[in-house]
Amino acid sequence: MKRKWFWFAGLFVALVLAGVVSNFASSSPDGLDAAARQGCTFNADDEITGGTCMAQQEKGHQLGGSPLADYGIKGIDNPYLSTGLAGVAGVLLTFAIGGGLFWVARRRTPA
Amino acid sequence: MNVQAMHIANGIVNGPVSAIFAVFAVAALAYCVRRGRADLDERLVPMAGLVAAFIFAVQMLNFQVLPGVSGHLLGGTLAVILVGPWVGALCVSTVLIVQCLLFADGGLTALGLNITNMALLGTAAGYLLVAGLLRVLPKNPGGLGASALIASIVSVVVASQGFVLEYALGGTTQLSLPAISGTMAGVHILIGIGEGLIAATTVATVARVRPDLVYALRRFRKPAVLPVEVAA
Repeated sequence: MKRKWFWFAGLFVALVLAGVVSNFASSSPDGLDAAARQGCTFNADDEITGGTCMAQQEKGHQLGGSPLADYGIKGIDNPYLSTGLAGVAGVLLTFAIGGGLFWVARRRTPA
Repeated sequence: MNVQAMHIANGIVNGPVSAIFAVFAVAALAYCVRRGRADLDERLVPMAGLVAAFIFAVQMLNFQVLPGVSGHLLGGTLAVILVGPWVGALCVSTVLIVQCLLFADGGLTALGLNITNMALLGTAAGYLLVAGLLRVLPKNPGGLGASALIASIVSVVVASQGFVLEYALGGTTQLSLPAISGTMAGVHILIGIGEGLIAATTVATVARVRPDLVYALRRFRKPAVLPVEVAA
């Protein structure tokens, strides 16, 4: 496989995973979150109602109101579309920001 | 749909300890940039960008490990195998920074803690194991996949214990540390197996298609050859 096609194929796989497969991901709390919630009881709105757990003093995110917060696009009501487009945006942004920074930091002289 | 990620939220570890780890993370990343530059040639730059983007994508894919508990890949071992230890740590950090600043995932105050656990501890453990395992396992897609599986499990558990250390130093609640350590290790062994299967499939695929793009197959030298060069 030519190198150029390898980049395209890799990016395409990442876009499909983040844009489509992400909608089938488990929505259960992850390992850390589950451990942090252990010992507390929660109501239907996910607020702590009693007990002691690591998450008791947890605070909201400073940037919780950002347009891509929580892997959705603000203003898009369809949850599949919202998650999928946020995932596609995330992959492209990470590729651009990461690739850009690595390009700036690249080796200038032959080793 | 609520996509969760395994990142420390604000307020679980106190401000001073979070600040200390933020300073540590910045210093360590600066060192990674210095060391990583030597690796960043015209072949590795796009590969590193792709690895970061791929880790971002796979981190969205939470898989069920227990009833009511999920997990996702952290990516340290995968990154180390494909782009090396220094650039690998920078790839995972890039993902964590993008997630924190743009997706409100992982507290801003906790960014140094999350970088320390997932981008530094996780990649360091993954690198040491893969480098060691590839001295005995064959340097082919199979050996690489097996290394990725084993190293991923250990790497994820090490990252989870990084959190336990940070919580021990600055937890905002008083809970039993051995209990937390045990809970975190137990669930992260399961998450590590999931991560290992994803990482093994990915690196074995790349090794089959373009083995020249796999850092671990080109650059991890056996230390045994070094003394000869030093003596000469």
